[in-house]
Amino acid sequence: MSSTIAQKRGFASTLWDYLTTVDHKKIGIMYLIAGGFFFLVGGLEAMAIRWQLVRPENDFVSAGFYNELLTMHGTTMIFLAAMPLIFALMNAVVPLQIGARDVAFPFLNSLGFWLFLFGGVLLNCSWFLGGAPDAGWTAYAPLSTTSPGHGVDFYVLGLQISGAGTLIGGINFLVTIVNMRAPGMTYMRMPLFTWTAFVTSALILFAFPALTVGLFLLMFDRMFGSGFFDAGMGGNSVIWEHLFWIFGHPEVYILILPAFGVFSDVFSTFSKKRLFGYTAMVFATVLIGFLGFMVWAHHMFTVGLGPAANSIFAVATMAIAVPTGIKIFNWLFTLWGGNIKINSAMLWALGFIPSFTIGGMTGVMLAAAAADYQFHDTYFVVAHFHYVIVGGVVFGIFSGLHYWWPKMFGKILNEGLGKFTFWTFFIGFHLTFFIQHFLGLMGMPRRYWIYLENQGLDTGNAVSTAGAFLMAIGTIVFLYNVIITSVKGEKVSGDPWDGRTLEWSIPSPPPHYNFRQTPLVRGLDPLWIEKSEGRKGMTPAEPLGDIHMPNSSILPFVMSLGLFIASFGFIYQTSDKSWLSLVFIGMGILLGCMFIRSVKDDHGYHIHKEDLDKEAGL
Amino acid sequence: MKGWMGKIRTLLLLSSLSLILSGCGKENLTAFLPKGYGADVSLGIIITSLVVMIFVFVVVMIIYTFVLVRYRQKKGQEDFVPKQTEGNKALEVVWTVIPILLLVIIAVPTIAATYDLADKSGQKDALNISVTGNQYWWHFSYDDQEIQTSQDLYIPTGKKVYLNMISSDVLHSFWVPSISGKMDTNPENENTMYIEAYEEGVYWGKCAELCGPSHSKMDFKVVAVSQEEFDQWVSDMQNVDPEATPEATSAQEGQKLFEQNCLSCHAIGSSPVAVAPNLTNFGDRTKIAGVVDYSKENLVDWILYPEEIKPGNKMVNAPYFGEHKDMKEFEDEAEKIADYLLQLKPSEITPDSAQ
Repeated sequence: MSSTIAQKRGFASTLWDYLTTVDHKKIGIMYLIAGGFFFLVGGLEAMAIRWQLVRPENDFVSAGFYNELLTMHGTTMIFLAAMPLIFALMNAVVPLQIGARDVAFPFLNSLGFWLFLFGGVLLNCSWFLGGAPDAGWTAYAPLSTTSPGHGVDFYVLGLQISGAGTLIGGINFLVTIVNMRAPGMTYMRMPLFTWTAFVTSALILFAFPALTVGLFLLMFDRMFGSGFFDAGMGGNSVIWEHLFWIFGHPEVYILILPAFGVFSDVFSTFSKKRLFGYTAMVFATVLIGFLGFMVWAHHMFTVGLGPAANSIFAVATMAIAVPTGIKIFNWLFTLWGGNIKINSAMLWALGFIPSFTIGGMTGVMLAAAAADYQFHDTYFVVAHFHYVIVGGVVFGIFSGLHYWWPKMFGKILNEGLGKFTFWTFFIGFHLTFFIQHFLGLMGMPRRYWIYLENQGLDTGNAVSTAGAFLMAIGTIVFLYNVIITSVKGEKVSGDPWDGRTLEWSIPSPPPHYNFRQTPLVRGLDPLWIEKSEGRKGMTPAEPLGDIHMPNSSILPFVMSLGLFIASFGFIYQTSDKSWLSLVFIGMGILLGCMFIRSVKDDHGYHIHKEDLDKEAGL
Repeated sequence: MKGWMGKIRTLLLLSSLSLILSGCGKENLTAFLPKGYGADVSLGIIITSLVVMIFVFVVVMIIYTFVLVRYRQKKGQEDFVPKQTEGNKALEVVWTVIPILLLVIIAVPTIAATYDLADKSGQKDALNISVTGNQYWWHFSYDDQEIQTSQDLYIPTGKKVYLNMISSDVLHSFWVPSISGKMDTNPENENTMYIEAYEEGVYWGKCAELCGPSHSKMDFKVVAVSQEEFDQWVSDMQNVDPEATPEATSAQEGQKLFEQNCLSCHAIGSSPVAVAPNLTNFGDRTKIAGVVDYSKENLVDWILYPEEIKPGNKMVNAPYFGEHKDMKEFEDEAEKIADYLLQLKPSEITPDSAQ
């Protein structure tokens, strides 16, 4: 139907369709493509880093370039790969899981995406314009404030713009989940993925402003001569560390919670069991989100905050292990007594449990302040955060993609290739990072361009690099899988997994209005309830009627473009004031679009009941 | 502190574990073989937390393996619908309370150790050394003894030595893994930590906070010698005549060249100037520029081509770089400067004494 129409249309009109779309499903696909692209870019940077470290005193890249690589690898993977891929899943799934026809603010959803994309593109422009940022993804002052060239300027403005996009997206999902649940979908009937998306959005709302403030201060220090972080001018560089980590620590929960949600849904579906301890899972999620704001200084144990602060933050950090442990055991007991079907989506989820448990173990070890004096800023930390971010978030994204791919594209990813990807990536991952725990304590600090000979670090690093290649192979096979599936894959029904939640009650891919009739939710796992009572699908909560839909708009794209242009003005006005003209042009475009958006009434349009019948072939 | 750690050590499991761990890494660099108080305390906490965590991991893996083996879908059972369990209060209480207890086991010694390592009660009567982190070298000022030195930090064994640390530019972090955990040097405030080496030795130090292109080359050494040797070193260093004329003629010429080209930043003797490393006992250094093997050839290279050895370092601002287009022209002079520097051996106490 709609997809065949799209096929008949030309490339230009499809492109226009995507540039202007406010449909959460298409925005989800764009997040997936953009996030996937940046994942590959960040992966290439990672491979360059590992190749530089394959042997002692290697000279594959220069010292300055190495610092750019490590900075961009971290920044890209967190902000431009993990975040958008999480947003891809949230966009594709959350409205469907709560029985909504779109998000609360479709226009803002589109704006959020384009801001993220233009921010990411801006950041990566730095590679071609004199050098990427080189002060680490944490951009600690004074290294970041004094870094020569424009690299860190691109970091500041790129993250500022894409961060605004994330903040908008987070607010949008909060409002969507609060307001747009189908009749009967109470909070305690929401699928865990929706719950985690909800808590993650709340974390975004409170965490990203800290980053925004920090970036503004950094921007003024670098571009307009202020001295917020300059000790010589009475500033204080430690304040940047606080601001960054008040954002930065919740950020890792922003990433991991939706992955927890994916695993909860996947475990439940493929063991054909209701999630064990649903209430405990929800409260554990909320508790992790809450505690996530009280532990930032565990990144700063060696800054010299004193034993009282260090002890408090150590204990607070350890406390997070409790709700996380509750989750691990609830997942295990969801599997317990189930009918466990192991496919690709399930493999990633099953691989997550031992991997993430190791990451959690080292997390508790790192929380012990007196032990952290040794761990801090070594490869032990590098190993730890890759165990939680790759072993948790990336595994979660892969699991979620395999699980929801049929919902997003109507086809199941090839199982054989999926399993091959899993095993190469999984083995490669442990090969790469497990040994790094030991490298760290053997005396290898992180962010080291070279290590010296005869320091006992050679073997470990060589093993680690070998593992990285396995991960790369796994990723390439996954790409191949995506292509081969889209070309040759067979169409599947709306419910290929015998699903439990609302998204499986509608066709795959869903029509652009999602639900012909808003469903009536009668409990947790609503579709499962209907199926177990012998019905084929959901009972509608409303009679068939006209559906109100939002209009497409090019404005979000143009607004983001305006900020993109203005950013170049901000960056280069430090060397020549005539660049300020770009600031005025770019901000003019932005404000003009905002003006148009404000004065133009856009009431959307209606899909008439008769057309719905026609589409359904009635 | 020692009490509970001693008890832990007696456990068979732990001693065998530390045996396995001691196979890891180079002596006097690795944190697995502690040679000082801080490293010892930290390793105690590391092992305590590791043991507790391994216990948790084993429990998780046992359930995990059992579940996968027992409940994996069997052929012909694809449509079997298991019982839809909602949860189990008792179980959920168990896996909430037990982890809390396990965390208490880790948290109590952690807090004790954290306070112990921050203890400043003995600072007044102890040896205090001011440490300054610079891109990409370390400066050590023995304030009470009026001694200035760089790169190699001499300390007596068996004593708590207090380091008062600050940075002159960006953040750095002072780390001697075998002796103690790390502490950052910030530009705006002084951080204090103490180190205590149990035995004599030359210990590797590293910078552990990204500080620029040569972050990975900001190595230094801690030279731990006996108290008598240390006292000898102190008096030798105090009696240095910074303008002493060397014996060899090339070194004499080198001294003049050094004064013209290097003395605006470097210092010899107890002058508090610390724009660049203090070279009073350069002849006794273990490494050149922290990372290059000690030889005249390497020293000449370092004088002529510092950017190639430590990218981003500030020696390229020295006057002789402006005066010569091709550094080959300066090679003879550099060799003389090297001759001068290499004979700067004011003390009999050298890294070789630390055995």
